[in-house]
Amino acid sequence: MTQYEPVIGLEIHAELQTRSKMFCSCSADYSNAPEPNTFICPVCTGLPGAMPVLNKKAIEQATLVGLSLNCSINEFNTFARKNYFYPDLPKGYQISQYDLPIASKGWLDILDDTDSPMRVVVRRVHLEEDTAKLAHEKNYALVDFNRAGVPLLEIVSEPDMRTVEAALSYATKIRAILRYLGVNSGDMEKGILRFEANVSVRPRGSSELRTRTEIKNLNSFRALTRASAYEIERQIKVYENGGEVVQETLGWDEAHGVTISQRGKEDAHDYRYFPEPDLPPLQLDRNWINSIKNQLPELPDAKNRRFMEQYELKRREASLLTAEKSLADYFEEVVSKSKSSAKTVHSWLTGEFMRYMNDSGQTLEDITLSAAQFAQLIDMVTDKSISGNSGKVVLNEMLNAKRNCDPSQIVKEKNLAQVSDTGFIQEAIEKILSDNPREVEQFLAGKETIVQWLMGQVARATKGKADPNIAKDLLVKTLEARRK
Amino acid sequence: MTNKIDTDMVKHVANLVRLGISEEEAQTFSGQFSSIIDYFNMLNEVDTENVPPASDTTNNTNVLREDVAEPSMSRVEFLDNAPQSERGYIKVPTVLGDES
Amino acid sequence: MQLHTLTLREASEMLATKQISSVELTQATLQRAHEIDPKIQSYVTLADDVALEQAKQADERIAKGKDLTPLTGIPFAMKDAISTRGVRTTCSSKILENYVPQYNATVTQKLADAGAVLIGKTNMDEFGMGSSCENSALFKTRNPWNLERVPGGSSGGAAASMAAGLCNFSIGEDTGGSVRMPAGFCNVTGIKPTYGRVSRYGLISLVSSFDCIGPMTRDVYDCATVLETIAGHDPQDSTTFNSPVPQYNQNLNKTVKGMTIGIPKEYFVSGMDAGVENAIQQAIRTYEKLGMKIQEVSLPHTQYALPVYYLLLFAEASSNLARFDGTRFGLSASENAKDVIDIYLQTRHEGFGDEVKRRIMLGAYALSAGYYDAYYLKAQKVRTLLRRDFELALSSVDILLAPTSPTTAFKLGEKTNNPLEMYLSDIYVVATNPAGVPALALPAGFSNNMPVGMQLIGKHLDEQTLFQVGHAYQQVTDWHKQNPVIGD
Ligand SMILES: [Zn+2]
Repeated sequence: MTQYEPVIGLEIHAELQTRSKMFCSCSADYSNAPEPNTFICPVCTGLPGAMPVLNKKAIEQATLVGLSLNCSINEFNTFARKNYFYPDLPKGYQISQYDLPIASKGWLDILDDTDSPMRVVVRRVHLEEDTAKLAHEKNYALVDFNRAGVPLLEIVSEPDMRTVEAALSYATKIRAILRYLGVNSGDMEKGILRFEANVSVRPRGSSELRTRTEIKNLNSFRALTRASAYEIERQIKVYENGGEVVQETLGWDEAHGVTISQRGKEDAHDYRYFPEPDLPPLQLDRNWINSIKNQLPELPDAKNRRFMEQYELKRREASLLTAEKSLADYFEEVVSKSKSSAKTVHSWLTGEFMRYMNDSGQTLEDITLSAAQFAQLIDMVTDKSISGNSGKVVLNEMLNAKRNCDPSQIVKEKNLAQVSDTGFIQEAIEKILSDNPREVEQFLAGKETIVQWLMGQVARATKGKADPNIAKDLLVKTLEARRK
Repeated sequence: MTNKIDTDMVKHVANLVRLGISEEEAQTFSGQFSSIIDYFNMLNEVDTENVPPASDTTNNTNVLREDVAEPSMSRVEFLDNAPQSERGYIKVPTVLGDES
Repeated sequence: MQLHTLTLREASEMLATKQISSVELTQATLQRAHEIDPKIQSYVTLADDVALEQAKQADERIAKGKDLTPLTGIPFAMKDAISTRGVRTTCSSKILENYVPQYNATVTQKLADAGAVLIGKTNMDEFGMGSSCENSALFKTRNPWNLERVPGGSSGGAAASMAAGLCNFSIGEDTGGSVRMPAGFCNVTGIKPTYGRVSRYGLISLVSSFDCIGPMTRDVYDCATVLETIAGHDPQDSTTFNSPVPQYNQNLNKTVKGMTIGIPKEYFVSGMDAGVENAIQQAIRTYEKLGMKIQEVSLPHTQYALPVYYLLLFAEASSNLARFDGTRFGLSASENAKDVIDIYLQTRHEGFGDEVKRRIMLGAYALSAGYYDAYYLKAQKVRTLLRRDFELALSSVDILLAPTSPTTAFKLGEKTNNPLEMYLSDIYVVATNPAGVPALALPAGFSNNMPVGMQLIGKHLDEQTLFQVGHAYQQVTDWHKQNPVIGD
């Protein structure tokens, strides 16, 4: 039986988070608009006679993204009209870029499903305008133009991915880069970032490109992976049944887990692109491009390499931190304020701290705990002022408190300080031994493992505050003394 | 290049620009289009080898606007001109399929 | 006193010396329009209330003597393709018959700021698609010189309102001769400025890369005055020039002696009426007498100007007119539409006239997959050659001189059944628009009692020379001072 191999390419649509829209001065922050159709003007609602004017910031941000994806920035680039009718497209054309996009021929290195590195070629990055929002009602639809004209970046890859996992890895990395650059929040629920997958399958080992389908409007990583996996299986079945895959545009039905054909669209796909006569071309000179290059922050890959060297972390450990720039920054701040090792800080951050975020559904932006106080807490455990378990209790307390609080204050309030006062511990041991004569007999008879049980009693009696090393020494000494 | 624009082609381009068209209209236009396109074919005489296309005569480049958000136009006025609206939205008939 | 034949400059002097108030002048203009215009039908909308309010404000400005401009208090007419906030703007189309813009075009705003008084909106070929004003979906405008004849197009209403004395100046728009050709038919002075000299923001686009707003006036002096007011960089139109606008009238009287006029030989071949040719030859002799040199030049791609012009017009217009879809403004078939595609099909079927339909369909054809290279792209390449023709010809002469039309105004209905023949009437005026160069139309005499127009074509952004040479002509001729007797 033929073994099939998927061939996947991704188109990623990322809104740019400028203050104003792509071609007019309306606020681009449409998700915070008070009401529908309140961030509008003649330009973004396509009123007769209105004309577009390019937003400088959008050009800068698009250039940043192009450079981050190792693209060449096209010094001469132009805008074009993509003509089609739809109620979310007020002018009857979308201003986009066609034969001369702002950036092209780049690449991005990712890890595939077997964790081996692979390179995905980025064909082009181009600027366009987002459409209005359409709400489908039963017998009609409602249009809100607040989103119309928000700058939108389209990042198109070559069909280089051979597994759903690789596609996910690529998408995840693009999202991380966009967030690093501060040009896109990566919010998929709000549609600020969305995906389109081009999928085809072919016999393994073959190099042909078979008919592909396009799955539109994938609004989460889950939708991306499920829809791609479904489509791969569907196409394999078509071939195995002797059929042919039809080139078409598909939608993804999340509820039923199936791709659905969007019929009746193909006839309209003659977009009649031509140069946008209302916008003069862009002539980006070398110096300007270099000045944008200088604004590039350290990107996830570089940061990962540095973390591995500087903090002696393994690749996976480092990438847990560098996936999010804010987390990586927080980590470095805690390390710089702490006397403990980077490894220790790493295990606190990726352990109890992340568990708290996951459980509470919070993001780093919601956390008020300062790096300094987190560092102070970790150091208290390291220098044994409190036990590791107490440390976790205090951390959760601090995270919940939603205020800047001193960890030593919480330790005091909760009476969690670790005790190394031998007198206090000795007292507790004496009481335990006299309460449990049978266990003492067993120890004297040679059953040394009973020490662990007795240590548990000590911990309970001292409410975990007893320094376990000291307590064990004292316990063994006291038991040995009974032999004589 | 064929010069004849038959009624099927007329209907095709009418659909591209979303223009309702009757059979008779398609026939009338078909006749008119063929003579106009014939006339346009005169351009084939011109040697345009190595001639760049001109889409703009100003030679302007890099006309950019600072990223500053300004207040919007009145929604009331916008909706006043709309054939149908509801709860602050523009209202349109049922939309079949999805194109974007 | 014959108020309706006053030049802008004369009216402005009367206002400044308080011989008349703006309200009086405006009332007289409106009254004449209400009396005469039913015969001409140059206005789509007479904005009596707006006009009188603006006139009142102008009088206050004049009384205070502050912020006065040469246009303060002067009644003018505006082509109905230019957006006027609160005043219906129809493009003479059914699809916009009841459309009232929520904003002003930049030109509208500049004129309002200068204190000019908007009398009304003038008729045109629907969306500017036509050469006779007969393609207006609302009604046909007549030529004030002969009511059986067309005023030319597409700015036919603008030229007719001017010729009939129904305003002191008029704003037209020239996509491929739409100011110059009707100016010639109606004995009016008018300019198509350099592309990008006047903001298009708020002008309902026909061909974004050709459209030029330009004034129509009684003489060159007025034309320069109005252009100076409306020209200049506009942050809302990225295709406008940044360079400052000259004070044209300061250099109007400079001598033209020793300057050279180029006569493009391709414009004087066949098809031109003898009467038109006579008038033009006479004008050339007049310039010779003024000490100018005459030189034959060649614009070798002239015969291709018409197909280039129309192909690019169709293509851009098919896209520009896509926004008229019945969902946000204008005519809408929303009541009967069963789905959204249906609302498009029905609205556009009912709302657009035949010429508009023809052009947007042919435009879609020229841009569609498989035909783009042969038509749209080819036309853009030949456009480069047209532009080079003008550059080369104008490198050896100061200006070019040519007629605005091969004939004088033709009869209503004469060419309506043959679209291609109608296109050919634009033969002398279309080439300048793909090339972007400025051109000034001037009255150049009469043939069989109908006006003959000529045009001067200049270098990029050199409107100054056009005005200077045009003004010199009007100092020694009085064609531009002739006014029609409006018949019944
Ligand atoms: Zn806007």
